[in-house]
Order: sequence, then C-alpha cells, then structure tokens
Amino acid sequence: MSDDTLNKALFEFLCRMGDNTLVLGHRVSEWCGHAPVLEEDIALANMSLDLIGQTQLWLGLAGELEGAGRSADDLAYLRDAFDFRNLLLVELPNGDFGKTLMRQFLFDGFQSLILTELTRSSNERVKEIALKVKKEVTYHLERSSDLVVRLGDGNEESHRRMQQALNELWPYVGEMFIDEPEDKLLSEAAIAPLPSSLKARWETLMRPYFAQAKLNVPDEGYAHKGGKHGTHSEHLGFILAEMQFLQRAYPGSTW
Amino acid sequence: MYAQMVKSTGHAVRALEDMEPQERAFQERINAGEKIEPKDWMPEGYRKTLVRQISQHAHSEIVGQLPEGNWITRAPTLERKAILLAKVQDEAGHGLYLYCAAETLGVSRDELYEQLHSGKAKYSSIFNYPTLNWADIGAVGWLVDGAAIMNQVPLQRTSFGPYSRAMIRICKEESFHQRQGYDIMMKMAFGSEAQKRMAQDALNRFWWPSLMMFGPSDKDSIHSAQSMAWKIKLNTNDELRQKFVDQTVPQAEYLGLTIPDENVKWNEERGHYDYTDPDWNEFFEVIKGNGPCNKERMDARVKAWEDGAWFREGLMAHAEKANTAEAAE
Amino acid sequence: MKNEWPLWEVFIRGQHGLAHRHVGSLHAPDAEVALKSARDVYTRRNEGLSIWVVKAEDITASSPSEKGPLFDPSQDKVYRHPTFFPMPEELKGL
Repeated sequence: MSDDTLNKALFEFLCRMGDNTLVLGHRVSEWCGHAPVLEEDIALANMSLDLIGQTQLWLGLAGELEGAGRSADDLAYLRDAFDFRNLLLVELPNGDFGKTLMRQFLFDGFQSLILTELTRSSNERVKEIALKVKKEVTYHLERSSDLVVRLGDGNEESHRRMQQALNELWPYVGEMFIDEPEDKLLSEAAIAPLPSSLKARWETLMRPYFAQAKLNVPDEGYAHKGGKHGTHSEHLGFILAEMQFLQRAYPGSTW
Repeated sequence: MYAQMVKSTGHAVRALEDMEPQERAFQERINAGEKIEPKDWMPEGYRKTLVRQISQHAHSEIVGQLPEGNWITRAPTLERKAILLAKVQDEAGHGLYLYCAAETLGVSRDELYEQLHSGKAKYSSIFNYPTLNWADIGAVGWLVDGAAIMNQVPLQRTSFGPYSRAMIRICKEESFHQRQGYDIMMKMAFGSEAQKRMAQDALNRFWWPSLMMFGPSDKDSIHSAQSMAWKIKLNTNDELRQKFVDQTVPQAEYLGLTIPDENVKWNEERGHYDYTDPDWNEFFEVIKGNGPCNKERMDARVKAWEDGAWFREGLMAHAEKANTAEAAE
Repeated sequence: MKNEWPLWEVFIRGQHGLAHRHVGSLHAPDAEVALKSARDVYTRRNEGLSIWVVKAEDITASSPSEKGPLFDPSQDKVYRHPTFFPMPEELKGL
C-alpha cells in the first residue's frame, strides 16, 4: 500500500470525525436561547463549543495532511454536501429537547469508544487530538446518559418522549458501525479502529443506561446510510446553505 | 439601560429627619456605603423597585440571547462561531445570576418568567431590533455592550449586596464582549467594499436604539431621585448617554464610519460632543410592544418555556422518585 | 409551573489553594444535576477545581437583628491582632 493511498484514507477519516462534530455542533447551537431552562442553555452552549473546537482540530489536521493549503475553515465552509462525510444521525433536525438529548447520547457513546481507540493510534497527531478530546467526550457522555436515564425514568410524558426519540433515531445508529474501504486500511495501519469492531462494546456500554431509563431498545432493523461517503439526507443542504452563506456570498473576505 | 424605565415608589425622596427611625437607620447605612443584605430590614419600596430593576435587567439578558443567537449558525468562521456562542452563553449566565439576585428578595424565577411572558415585565428596548447583517454582531458588541458596561460598572457599587456581587461577576465576564464586537467592526470596516457597507449599515441602524438604551432624560424624575438616594441607580440617564457618545464618536472615526447624526460635533465649551436626541416616540412605541421584533422575541421565549415544561417536570419527577426510594431504604 | 426546581447555593474552590467560596446559585431538580450545572454555569473560565452544592433551604444563617450581639463584642479585643504589641524596630523575626 502506498503512503498516498493511506494518506487519502486518513483524510477521509479525519473529515468524518470533523464533519460529525461540525454538523452536530451546528445542530446543538440551534438551541441557544431556546432551551427548556437557563441552566440547560448554558450547558448546551458548552457542549456545542467543545464540538466546534474538536472540528477545528480534526479538520485542521485533515487540511494539513492533504497538503493543498486548505484550512479547517476552508473545509467547513467551502465544500458542498457530497464532500461531507458525517453520519446521517447528526444532521437530523433537533426535534424536541428529548430527541436532541437522545441523539447526543447515541453519538457520545460511539464517540467515547472510538476516541479510546484513537488514544492508542499509531499516528501521533491523531493520538494527540484524541487524548485532548477524550476528556470532553467523557463529560458529554456522563451528561447525556444521566439526562436520558432521568427522563426515561421520569414521569409518563417524559418516558413517552424518550422512547419515541429512541425509536425514531434507532435506524440511524447502524451507520456508525459500517466499515468503509478506508477503515480497513487505517485499521491495518493501527491508525483507527474498524467501526464494526466497536459495535459489541457500544451495546455493552449503552444497554445498562437504556435499562435504567426503562426504555425498550428497538430491534436491529433497517439502517439508513450514505453519510460517510457523501450521500446525505435533504437536511444537510439546508445546514450548509445557512452555515456557508457569508463565505459563499463574499468569497475571499477576512472576517 | 437594561433597566430603562424602572418605577420606584413614586414618592419624592424624604429627608433623613422626616423618616421613621428604622428607615432612617437604613438610609444612613446606605449613605455610609454599607451593603444591604436580603434578610436586613428594608423599606417595601426599596424591595419592590429592586425586584423590578433586577428582573428587567435579567429579562434583558435572556431576550438579548435571541438577536445575536440568530447569527451563530451563520457565523463566517469556526472561530467567530465559537466566540459568538461563548458570548451568548455569557448572556444566559448573566441572566441566571441576576434572577438569583432577585430571588433573594422573595420572588421566584418562575414568577419572574410569568411576568415577562405575560408582557407585564419589560426588558431593554434594544433587543426588539433585528440583526440583519453580520456587522450587526459587531455593532451589538461594540455599541450595545459598550452602553451596557457604562451602566453596569457603577452598579458594582450598588447598595444591595446580591445585586452588587452579581454585577461584579458580570462585569468581569463582560469585558471581552465589547472588544470582540469592535474586533468584528474593524475587520468589516477595513475589509472589502461590501463589508464596509455592512458595517456602515449596522451603525446606521444601531446608533439610535443604542442611545435609547439609557432611557429618556430623567433630570426631573422622582423615580430616579429615589433610586439614586438608595444607590440602586448611580448616574442619571443623560450623564451616561453623554459619556457613551463621547466614547463612541472617536471609535467610529477610527473605523472610518459615519455616525448617522449630522449634529454630532465636539463642543469645546462643554467639553463634550453635541448630539441629537433619539426619537422618543419610537422608544415609547417599542416599549409598548410595537418594535420591529417584539412579537418574535416574546413568542420565542414563551415557546421555549412551554415546550420545555415536560423536560422540567420529568426531571423533577425523577428526583422525587429517587428521594422517596432513598427515604424508604 | 408550580413545581419549580429548588434553589442550590454553589461553592467553588479555585486554583490557589483557598477554601471553597460562595459564587452564586442555580436551580436544579437534585444535587447531582446541581453539581453538573454548577460546572457548566460557574467554571466556564477555568475557575474551579472542586465544587460544593448545598440546597439553599438547608443553610442556617445568622439573623441580621443579632448582628450587634454576635459581632460587636469582638471589636474591642484588639489584643488578638499582632499590631497591638509594638516591638522595637531593630529586632527581627517578631
């Protein structure tokens, strides 16, 4: 395998990591000023800030590795939807607050596992970022799991909403564990784990929370996919139209 | 300011010798620069005026999240996005500190929300204006936060302990807000033609509403006189407005932007800039609910509160269940 | 909403080895949530290494009307302060 092939695979992978945090950070930031209670407004802003910070690290490294002079901002603001590599899960509209929390929980679980693996990456730069980001994600998972448990095991209404959120989001979970050709290369080079290898651990990690939350985990079923190689839902186009507006309308400006 | 039209008791300030001993002792403590704490005796008017003022201030922070929050998803770079988000988050924090300060006076946050949502309580008129282009985010930081700081810095010395402590924390955190705004303005004003146009457009629209933030002239207001005697207001509206104009004109000049008031010029004799008063009819209309965004702002807040009711109740239900379970063990 | 979340007082120990200090309050359904919210609300600028939360209603406070009897008596015990004892200037280590 040539270095070039591996580099390209790593670029893809870094875009996946960075696009996930970028798009999820965007969605979470939409709550700013609209959360159910002030304390939550503040907590969500922290989470969104972490996600934006992580985006800068992942996409920054992607741009550097690519060597075409693209910065994290260039990658975030000047690619079209088919070049985005995020999971469909993170681009879904927020829905009610319960759905936002459930999406966060499902993602945080995956993210904490993949980051644990990345802290042992053979690539020093990837490892370095993972070590920093892992702490943030550990807190995110602590928070989102706690709220999912509380609301799942809250009152009738909160339970109903959390169950509905889980049911609606469940078909988007499977995509996290699909192996793409790049994943095989990266796994062989001990840079990143095979997503499929995380599935059992994810179940082990998440099941107890679902049980505590008194939520029924839906059957395996159909998994929506496509995000990881650029076939997205209709939602991403609107996210990008909004996010990229200034950079597109006034190209080359300094902000 | 963030509390523009706070009515106090409606009585003129009384001389110390006309006061009952308890009130006199209270006023003397204030005169001596002592802080009043929640459990201390205080005149009912002092308590009521403070609740109104602090809650207006808190409501302003909360509603103030909206016009800026509006641009978080459209911020032009990842760094600008993070800065703006951190800034709007601070506004939420400041609202929280202020609600807590008001709560020490025996009113709950939920009651204060109800007053806001029903339209009974007011918030600063400035947040009923829209943010229409990216330079508005610069202008809000530069002008709106600039004006706010002018009022908040002296309020750190206000007589009511919890309010004063909240203001100290707020001022410390707020110090980056104005700078980040001016930083955006510099990028815009020194940028492309299109960016300059945005910057001037933002200044044109935010200049007058910023002047209104200080409230109408209060030279003869009995409310103001009483609040000043109680040290819950430390400067007159006109004083602060003049100070704001004096500070802002050179900053606009540095940016190469034009203040949208032909009468702005240095008055050697007064040692201040002359300026035209804003249109107070417009101000009163906005306060009454007829500003460009009053309805959107309130609808957004009410929706957030109502949509979030199940979340608050669900968490409470869980906590109560856990409590009962613990007690049964 | 008559079922308002209770009020919690937040105490934070900062970086400099000082004692926990009262920094403000917040609302939360229980202690655990209060602790997490305190982290998000009151340590945004790297202020803290340790957080305490106490339910506001569990705090017993001295009453302002007792301020005189409680605190005035210590005012005239000046001998509790080192400056009460003048020492010869040429001596060191005192």
